Amino acid sequence: MKAKTRQQIAFTILGLTTLLVVAPIVLTIAYVVKNGAGAITWDFLTEPPRNGMKQGGIFPAIVGTVILIIGTMLFSLPLGILSAIYLVEYAKDNLFTRLIKLSVVNLSGIPSIVYGLFGFTLFVVFLRFGTSILAGSLTLAIMSLPVIITATKEALESVPASFREISLSLGASRWQTVRYCVLPYAIPGILTGTVLSLSRAAGETAPILFTAAAFYLPRLPHSVFDQVMALPYHLYITATQVPNMPDKLKFATGIVLIALVFLMNLVSIILRAHYRKKKQW
Amino acid sequence: MPRRISEYVIEACIRMSGLVVIIFVVSIFLFLLKDSFSLFDGYKIRDFLFGKSWLPISEPPKFGVVPLLLGSLYVTFGAIVICVPLGVGSAMFIAEVAPSHLKHVLKSLVEILAAIPSVVLGFIGIVWLGPFLRNHLHLSTGMCGLTGSLLLAFMALPTVISISEDALIGVPRAFKEAAFGLGATRWQALWRIVLPSASSGIIAAVMLGIGRVIGETMVVMMVTGNSPVIPKSLLQPLRTLTATIAGEMGETVAGSEHYFALFAVGLVLFIITFIINFIADACLRRARK
Repeated sequence: MKAKTRQQIAFTILGLTTLLVVAPIVLTIAYVVKNGAGAITWDFLTEPPRNGMKQGGIFPAIVGTVILIIGTMLFSLPLGILSAIYLVEYAKDNLFTRLIKLSVVNLSGIPSIVYGLFGFTLFVVFLRFGTSILAGSLTLAIMSLPVIITATKEALESVPASFREISLSLGASRWQTVRYCVLPYAIPGILTGTVLSLSRAAGETAPILFTAAAFYLPRLPHSVFDQVMALPYHLYITATQVPNMPDKLKFATGIVLIALVFLMNLVSIILRAHYRKKKQW
Repeated sequence: MPRRISEYVIEACIRMSGLVVIIFVVSIFLFLLKDSFSLFDGYKIRDFLFGKSWLPISEPPKFGVVPLLLGSLYVTFGAIVICVPLGVGSAMFIAEVAPSHLKHVLKSLVEILAAIPSVVLGFIGIVWLGPFLRNHLHLSTGMCGLTGSLLLAFMALPTVISISEDALIGVPRAFKEAAFGLGATRWQALWRIVLPSASSGIIAAVMLGIGRVIGETMVVMMVTGNSPVIPKSLLQPLRTLTATIAGEMGETVAGSEHYFALFAVGLVLFIITFIINFIADACLRRARK
């Protein structure tokens, strides 16, 4: 049959296209791991860099990235969840609501470097936070907001309307309904989306380029007004501005960064699976 | 009545946070606008928009955005030409052809790609892809537009694949079944019925892919050679809008003309991505109907 043969050919081409997409993904990971795994030692993970970064480890960069993620979470999580609650549970279909939705779409499309510029002019210069953990976390938090809002919105919308109706019909107020009959069931979706967006923030370089990142700072930060080293920025500067540094140290930094991001993704997948099992409707 | 009060407070917070989101967008725009316009106090807006050279530290300095804009457009065009056929093709395979266990594997692999930080891909561009292209295409340097386009195409794939796939899956089953009923093969149904029906969603996927590529900073800064000249081909070094901001911001003095010029570049970038996202959102909304 001619049509059958044509289908065979078309599906083979689609299959090869897909192979062309996924093979480089596997190869990329394998390439980084192969070249860097040898350099990952206990000292590499727990020592500061030495000798102009040509030796030693990346401990301050790991700590810096973790601090930035925590800071980002502290700002973006409450704000993101509350705005999503507003959009799903409170908002009427009016201009204000449409403006919020448009803003979320727009925020999600702004390039990360523009967030960097904004964070620099507002937090570093205008509010005089300086290049600091605070300025960097706030910048990353604004960047993460749209993803958190979208994920929370979806989670809230997936809770059946009957839950709300029953609660309201029993005389509960709107907030009581949200607090006791909607939020508990939306938590898994919210957590999944949040962790995912934070993992993206952890890997970002451009927003912290001039708001938080330090080129070389072997000690740990003392306050939120200190600069920090961060993993993505460390990989960037060692790849472009530090000559004569052994490549395997850079690959090893890449492995640690990828591992951190994957670990966060894994947490979100486990959370999702865990709660899905408990879902009762 | 303490409960009433706490409820009032929390509901006020909820309403406020909705407002805060709007405030963020408006203030990002206003801050960019304010600092950009400080440039135009002393520098002609015409020379910025149509100037053919970007020479921030020459005397007098020139802040023509054209080479940077063209750099961004070249790299983006290259990336999209590579990315769209690959992305839409694999979305078709994942959505309609692959058996379900393979589907799961493929989707997780795409998610893994989405999770790889861009700086890691930029690094791979420096140590492997750049030298590889230089040796095989006999270029004077591997740090050129093509290297950037290839890596950006790779990076934009998860966006294009996942949104196209959603669009394909969203086509009502009845469309396909009607085609089967008329004797169409799976491929004919996919190519003639499902794909055209999903076109709004696929256009949205392409637009969001473009937005992702044009706004990407680290990869292009690391691999495209950072040379702010009007590019003649993708095989020579060039420089994008994003890489200019990221590369030069650290060297400027806050409040100088150069500093404000970088905000003007940021404003151009903001406006471009705003338009792209607006179109993408409109397409997505049409697709949902």
